[in-house]
Amino acid sequence: MSSLNMPQWGVWLFALGLGGAIIFLGMSIRRHHGVHRSLFSWPYSLWIAVFTVVPLFLVAFYAFTDKAGQLTLENFANFWDSNREMKQQLIAMGYDPIVMGMGERGTVNVDTLVYSLWMALMCTGICFVIGYPAALFISEREFKLGPTLIVLFIIPMWMNFLLRTVAWMTLLEDNGLINTLLQRMGLGRVRLMYNSQAVLLGMVYNYLPFMVFPVYNALSRQDYKLSEAAMDLGADKWRTFSRVTFPLSLPGIVSGITMVFMPSVTTFFIPRALGGGNTEMFGDLIERTFLTADNWNVGSALSLIMMLLILLSMGLLRKVDPEGEGGSLL
Amino acid sequence: MDQTRLITLENVSKEYDGTFVLNDIDLYIRKNEFLTLLGPSGCGKTTTLRIIGGFEYPTTGKVIFDGKDITNDPPYKRRVNTVFQKYALFPHLNVFENIAFGLKIAKKSKEAIAAKVDKTLELLNLRGFDKRAVDSLSGGQQQRVAIARAVVNEPEVLLLDEPLAALDLKLRKDMQLELKRMQQALGITFIFVTHDQEEALTMSDTVVVMKSGYIQQIGTPKHIYDEPQNAYVANFIGESNIIRGVMVKDELVHFCGADFNCVDFGFKKNEAVDVLIRPEDVYIVGTDIGQLIGTVRSVLFKGVHYEMIIQAGGFDWKVHSTTMAPVGSRAGLSVVPFNIHVMHVEDETVITQEDRT
Amino acid sequence: MIKFLKRFYLVIVLLFLYLPIAVLIIQSFNAGVSRAKWEGFSLKWYQELLQSPTIMEALYVTFTIAIIASIASTILGTLAAIGIHAMSRRPQAAMMTMTNIPMTMPDIVTGISLMLLFIFTRVERGYFTMLLAHITFDTPYVILSVLPKLREMNRHSYEAALDLGATPGYALRRVILPSVRPGIITGALLAFTLSLDDFTISYFTTSPLVQNLSTLIYSETRKGVKPTMNALSALMFVALLILLLAVNYRSTKTSEAK
Repeated sequence: MSSLNMPQWGVWLFALGLGGAIIFLGMSIRRHHGVHRSLFSWPYSLWIAVFTVVPLFLVAFYAFTDKAGQLTLENFANFWDSNREMKQQLIAMGYDPIVMGMGERGTVNVDTLVYSLWMALMCTGICFVIGYPAALFISEREFKLGPTLIVLFIIPMWMNFLLRTVAWMTLLEDNGLINTLLQRMGLGRVRLMYNSQAVLLGMVYNYLPFMVFPVYNALSRQDYKLSEAAMDLGADKWRTFSRVTFPLSLPGIVSGITMVFMPSVTTFFIPRALGGGNTEMFGDLIERTFLTADNWNVGSALSLIMMLLILLSMGLLRKVDPEGEGGSLL
Repeated sequence: MDQTRLITLENVSKEYDGTFVLNDIDLYIRKNEFLTLLGPSGCGKTTTLRIIGGFEYPTTGKVIFDGKDITNDPPYKRRVNTVFQKYALFPHLNVFENIAFGLKIAKKSKEAIAAKVDKTLELLNLRGFDKRAVDSLSGGQQQRVAIARAVVNEPEVLLLDEPLAALDLKLRKDMQLELKRMQQALGITFIFVTHDQEEALTMSDTVVVMKSGYIQQIGTPKHIYDEPQNAYVANFIGESNIIRGVMVKDELVHFCGADFNCVDFGFKKNEAVDVLIRPEDVYIVGTDIGQLIGTVRSVLFKGVHYEMIIQAGGFDWKVHSTTMAPVGSRAGLSVVPFNIHVMHVEDETVITQEDRT
Repeated sequence: MIKFLKRFYLVIVLLFLYLPIAVLIIQSFNAGVSRAKWEGFSLKWYQELLQSPTIMEALYVTFTIAIIASIASTILGTLAAIGIHAMSRRPQAAMMTMTNIPMTMPDIVTGISLMLLFIFTRVERGYFTMLLAHITFDTPYVILSVLPKLREMNRHSYEAALDLGATPGYALRRVILPSVRPGIITGALLAFTLSLDDFTISYFTTSPLVQNLSTLIYSETRKGVKPTMNALSALMFVALLILLLAVNYRSTKTSEAK
């Protein structure tokens, strides 16, 4: 098979798209006897085509081709075995990879993915355990400060995540505030940073508001008469909560889990800032593969795998909450 | 009434995604006529109105206005104005600005606009409301503003899309009378859409009954009530007993196991027909002289009359009568030939019968 | 007692959320370089901030991009929302899916895919490409703020204007836009905030020569946190706070006006 010449392709695709667009436009004008309002979305449609659809196709294109532009599944194989390229080079140079100590499958990429998923799950779990009671207490009807308090919970959500992480660095560093305090109390320094726990702390700190807000939304929208009705029917406080309040807040929980889990898996920068490089997560791996290793093909394959993962979990969560009711950021 | 045909629809059809919601509509509207499109939801009445207003374009067919083909003209080039369902008042403008909207576009002078709006406010009993925000008005007042906003432009035709549907019963009755009065005072043509048969009968010069995209019958209210074209129209307009029967010969029809004299003719020998008898046309008589004998099943007191269900000849007769027969008793039923209306059995391609004065 | 425990719990969680930010802000006024020791109140880091050409340059880039991107995405998004609203069900669903894709995609994938596009089309990455990227991720948010306002409008308002003689353009300017104005303003503010705040997408779509505040903070923290960064963080936090309060105030005001 001849190598695919992407630029030429691109020109053809572009011409095809443009022709189609013009024909569609003409048909619409004819059908609606003039410029119908639905045509107002045309600039945006074009924008999406160029800046969302084409880039995604490019990611897919690079993921399924090698450096020469040849169709291949090599990149996914390289994801599975990170030593693969090295082994091939050794073989090409006439060495036996096993003798050279490179016989094993390189598990770095897969390990990073599993580690990311594990960290994201932990983070989501912790956020739920801390966030649900908080949302529940704020949403209580007799708590007059509730609406003000929820704003306080939302504000950090909008703060630059770099800054939020930098703030923790200041606290956790070897000569940071906590360590200085400990030292003054005569307890000596403790290594707080550069481990998984620190990364997890940073993640929970960053994503906690994303759990509290949707859960609060679901809870505060609930008709308080429902729990009154439950009590009227003889349920005690705990049963009212477990049989009525909690099940009805499920849509909020689902959307909270979505909003914490999704960005957690793709967390970027936090592991490097607080974990110091021993705790690389999938987002950092993608960035490193693209920018440091300069391997777009494998990097694109990694991006595709991540997107697939996200779509899969989105689909799964949609099943639980088909209306996506938990509310949005806005 | 002026016999000039102001608007004519010729073979108008409308298709959405492969299904026809209007089929070959032929209809004319005369100058100063109050014409009502009547039918259940989904019958095509609103689509017809929107085609006349210019909000939809027919898939096939023509719209002629005053001798000119306006089929493809946009709404803002047509000399018609619309009172929309739920009014569609502009929420960011006050009452005055809403009413003046069309005049401003027509580039009328400030003084002319003020004078015209004032006159219209007067006509619709809205004096003193001109500075009010539209969402501070009651439903009935919003309704009046919507009408004012349309009629202030002195359109030749006013289209009204179920304008009274959102009002409560009492207000609706008042507005029916007021609309009729206004139509006569202003001398403009009204095309009115409703699913309320009573509304149609009270206000209209001409009623057009529609069903699933076809016109079933066109005629005066009285004609449509007395001489419905088929069982569908009869059922839709007023209460009715409709019985399957056979036309034995001219002026003799057989149903419920008995032969009845009637005044209809021109049917085929032994043709299957639908027979319509209105509940108020069934008389309760002694069992000795009744054409049919039956048992009273139920009695409801309705104020002016009793509504009874009487089972006779294998059919549950709905009977309105000022005399009451107790439940369970036997009663004779009698119908005079003039009150028996024989109709062709309904099928999809109905020929519309016209009788307009 | 239970009530007290509940309040206590909320206070603890809020402390967890705000303590690091508070420490950061206090540090920015610390005269000393050391993070651990308080050496007296001083504004010298803020002074240094104002005198640093790189930081001032980044500030300029951040704000001009936020302004241009929010204006462009507001126009693009408002038009798109009006168009989407007027569509029949199936194309509308398709457009909404297309609008939701960039919002559900991880930022890093959005950034990388745009980077690939710019490299592929041989557009040199820098100010202009960052601007294009910002418009791309801002627009869906504008659409999602304007659409609900359009849905609240009476279905026939636009037709009523045409019926009264307005041309489509006049109806758009005088009827549709005034009715959805609150949604447009919220969308614009939101776009501005998001644009100010973005790091990941900017990082992949610009060159090291053109930095906005986020990418600058990123490259600085790789060398360790400098006290000027504290001052910058404090300023950005306050700026964001003001913007958010403005958005919030607007939305409560418009919902109360109902």
